[in-house]
Amino acid sequence: MGDVSRRQTLRTLGGAAALVAARASASWAQARDPIIASRPLVRYPQKTDLILLTSRPPQLETPMKWFDRAITPNEAFFVRYHVFPIPTSVDLATWRLRVGGHVDRPLELSMDDLKAKFPAVAVIAVDQCSGNSRGRFAPRVLGGQWGDGAMGNAEWVGCRLKDVLAAAGVRQGAVDVTFDGLDKPAFPSVPDFVKSLALGRVLDDPNLIVAYQMNGAPLPMLNGFPARLIVPGWYATYWVKNLSEITVVDKPFEQYWMKPAYRIPDNACGCVEPGTAPKTTVPIQRMNVRSFLVSPEPGTRVTAGGRVTLKGIAFDGGYGIREVEISDDGGEMWRRATLGRDLGPYSFREWSAAWTPRTGRSRVMVRAFNRIGESQGAEPLWNPAGYLRNVVESVEYQVGG
Amino acid sequence: MMRGLVCVLLLLSAGVTLARADDIALSPDHPYGMLKPGPGSEVAQRGCMLCHSTDYIVTQPPGDQKQWDGVVTKMIKVYGAPLSEADAKTVVEYLARQYGK
Repeated sequence: MGDVSRRQTLRTLGGAAALVAARASASWAQARDPIIASRPLVRYPQKTDLILLTSRPPQLETPMKWFDRAITPNEAFFVRYHVFPIPTSVDLATWRLRVGGHVDRPLELSMDDLKAKFPAVAVIAVDQCSGNSRGRFAPRVLGGQWGDGAMGNAEWVGCRLKDVLAAAGVRQGAVDVTFDGLDKPAFPSVPDFVKSLALGRVLDDPNLIVAYQMNGAPLPMLNGFPARLIVPGWYATYWVKNLSEITVVDKPFEQYWMKPAYRIPDNACGCVEPGTAPKTTVPIQRMNVRSFLVSPEPGTRVTAGGRVTLKGIAFDGGYGIREVEISDDGGEMWRRATLGRDLGPYSFREWSAAWTPRTGRSRVMVRAFNRIGESQGAEPLWNPAGYLRNVVESVEYQVGG
Repeated sequence: MMRGLVCVLLLLSAGVTLARADDIALSPDHPYGMLKPGPGSEVAQRGCMLCHSTDYIVTQPPGDQKQWDGVVTKMIKVYGAPLSEADAKTVVEYLARQYGK
């Protein structure tokens, strides 16, 4: 939970950073990345140049250069919709968040209600697509062929979901809570994008919020204006955008986007032997540990014997990052990086490390550990849906004399 | 001076913010996702583009008849794509030919 002064700082940093950003062209790194090299940079309303994955429904990826800092500016934040059409305008005079189903007092809350009737809380949390980096799976799998930019970190302000549910009065026998947004398929045969959380999960976690502010500003339309669900630590599939309806149900909710979609193998790693199918599956939930080396960009020319400051981010599913390490000898020796400011356990954690490039030591690996000792695999895990990728990443530089 | 600049930047940023709640216009499907020409391309275009842009197709890993048959079957059975059996076969053959291994 953040205080107002920190919020103000973030807003200042985020706003100014976004404005001074130069108009992007495809970077050296993107041009050489087999997954995203052919993708155009596009500029959507309220957004800066992002890498186009698909036009309709829109899916836009954040170029890696934006991850050289802990907070991802709103205009650089990735976009992923499931059904079309999506809302392109919302009139706050008529928008209502309906809370109903298995409750004593169904509610229709305006934006003013959300702000006036419930205390505002803030959480800094990473929003990452379940299929981030899917394009790198080997053997390859069907689905959105993301590079690594289907993620972002922001400060979200809104009201606690459990406060809203308490106002509605959840009735005995309630099991799940479902979340629906204003994106509605054009054809009734296409399953509407509705997600659910177990009621116990919702009531236990004060960090679950209905957010109406992102980095000190209203949410961009494509990131869920006027409100979206924030489920810190869990993959973005639960973070329903353009939220319009919360329904308490007295039976387990198992419609399409919960089952069979967004499922992982029912085992500790969420993985199976590459190319095989799992026997049983469960819904994807908590994010695993990841870390990225972002600056200097891949392919940058560095001087042997010189001094280079490596920078990047690390995150996990809510335990917090304990340590980040780098290696330039293929993972034989690891050296501890310096962690940046702790913005809470759900946030990107910045890291930096001084590095002296040497000829023949041009590839730098990075790995992170969270506070319960979880880390990243030397070999990538695999599952048929292309979820949970968290292999140790590495960046190749050009070491010159 | 620096402080003044930051203030101006913040004001600009606030301006951007205020404009946000309004209408946004979405671009038409980007041409980078256009299907390759070839027998069956028109049927594929007609059938698939009812619900989504074709960059959903061209970015997929190349696949054999079995892969594309699975995809088209899913589109019909799960999402209710209105394709006749004959059209579905045409689309599968087109995809396997143009986006095969």
